[in-house]
Amino acid sequence: MKLIQISVFLENRRGRLSDVCSLLGKHEINIRALTVAESDDFGILRIVVDKPQEATMLLKSNGFVANITEVVTVEVADKPGGLANVLAVLSKHAINVEYMYAFLAKATAKALLVFRFDDADKAIEVLKKNGIRVLSNKDIGSL
Amino acid sequence: MIWNEKMECMDAHNLKNIQSERLHDTVAYVYKNCPLYKSKLDAYGITPRDIKSIDDIKKLPFTAKDDMRDSYPFGLFSTPVHNLAEIHVSSGTTGNPTVVGYTKDDLKLWGEVMARVLCCAGAEPHDRIQIAYGYGLFTGGLGFHYGSLEMGLTIIPASSGQTKRQLKLMTDFKPRILACTPSYALYMVEEARELGLKPTESSWEIGVFGAEPWSESMRKEIETQWNMLATDVYGLSEVIGPGVAQECKYKAGLHLFSDVFYPEVIDPKTGLDVKDGQRGELVITTITKQGIPLLRYRTRDIVSIKYERCKCGRTSPRISKIMGRTDDMIIVRGINVFPSQIEHVLLGIEGTQPHYQLIVDRKAGELDELEVLVEVEEKIFSDEIKKLRGLEEKIKKEIESVLGVFVRVRLVEPKTIERSEGKAKRVIDKRMV
Repeated sequence: MKLIQISVFLENRRGRLSDVCSLLGKHEINIRALTVAESDDFGILRIVVDKPQEATMLLKSNGFVANITEVVTVEVADKPGGLANVLAVLSKHAINVEYMYAFLAKATAKALLVFRFDDADKAIEVLKKNGIRVLSNKDIGSL
Repeated sequence: MIWNEKMECMDAHNLKNIQSERLHDTVAYVYKNCPLYKSKLDAYGITPRDIKSIDDIKKLPFTAKDDMRDSYPFGLFSTPVHNLAEIHVSSGTTGNPTVVGYTKDDLKLWGEVMARVLCCAGAEPHDRIQIAYGYGLFTGGLGFHYGSLEMGLTIIPASSGQTKRQLKLMTDFKPRILACTPSYALYMVEEARELGLKPTESSWEIGVFGAEPWSESMRKEIETQWNMLATDVYGLSEVIGPGVAQECKYKAGLHLFSDVFYPEVIDPKTGLDVKDGQRGELVITTITKQGIPLLRYRTRDIVSIKYERCKCGRTSPRISKIMGRTDDMIIVRGINVFPSQIEHVLLGIEGTQPHYQLIVDRKAGELDELEVLVEVEEKIFSDEIKKLRGLEEKIKKEIESVLGVFVRVRLVEPKTIERSEGKAKRVIDKRMV
């Protein structure tokens, strides 16, 4: 139950993030979650969208360097300690997090956590065993 | 003083006789000792007997930098390697560096021409000289060293870098002469001020600056800031290193020691002489060297030349400051850089495409900065910052090990590098020299 995230290379230049977002917007692609990782002179935009295949094609044909990364998204209660619980499970099983970001689902009391693991399959197994809900792209599309 | 008054002030007739004799001897020497030159001359149907006068030089084929690369390492040498006293290398266009070698006599020649350079700049025996050119494979440091030894200066072999120490050496030992790149001379001004020194009160009275292009405005700046005379020295390792030409105190062109390095200025397209005083490519024939004598070596430096006697009394022809290059070579902190070297490195790194651009900049009072932009392709793109940073670091290290110059590598989006008529612009030089 891996989820598709699109990663886009962004030069540290005015308007680049805006360019990506307006391109997606013009084509009716909805961004569900977003984070930007930055270094001195470039950034990596990571997004989860409702139509990942279409979005990737679109970005590439418009000259962006983009690729698809498999991430794991889990659902936790939006309350103090929600994230800590999940991390405790991962830590206990020695699962490495490359990076993560969080977003809130609309009109629910749930928070969603997007994880990039070095070993996604093992992570999913551990998470499920511990009763943590792992979401698919379909779930995301309908949020 | 004039170091070798006999040769440097010789009348045209006698000079021509000496040049003619030396050219004949050099052609005979390479014909006998360098199979590559022999076959080159044979292909032109020329034997040493055809070279009777210096005017016959026009019959000889040119030698290009690529000839050195293609015959790497010793193919163009006219001496067995065991006769060499010293080997130096500088940048090549791709892959292999350019190798030059000196016999013991060549080192004597180097000392002689560098003594002429130092005297021409205004040095007097027993002056102290601070040599802040790099010592090592680069010819700058050792060339000045040999010349200073020859003319009896007291040498402070500081080598390049470590500015605070340079300034301390200057303050404590009071050298009258400074030898370094002109941009380094300017760079040291700021540092001196920060240390609470007054640059105008420095011990340096004469600067012998070279290894990179610089302008009259930069000269004025150095002279005002340090309150010193700033002179220009010219040379290239293929010919000997520093020691080919030097300005006297009149700063009216660089005196070229044509009794040992015979100059021509040609149209780089046709290979024919330009009119006196017109710009063209400087071509040099070494007429007394043993290790690696070169016939009609194309320096790719654009200059003009004039032959009138100088007010200082020297009759040697004078070349202008370097006005440009016939190729895309740039000089960064005194080091020759060819864009093709960067291309070569990128092609060698898995997944990178040779889509790159060099940006050279020099902020006021600072040293040259070389930035390499590399376009990110899908193959090397990763969603993880550390992988991309790792790639940047790898490219940086490999380029630095090839060039010997610090660089900053910046990953950019595809097609951001300006392409004019389909051809990418490889070098953007923002320096105000």
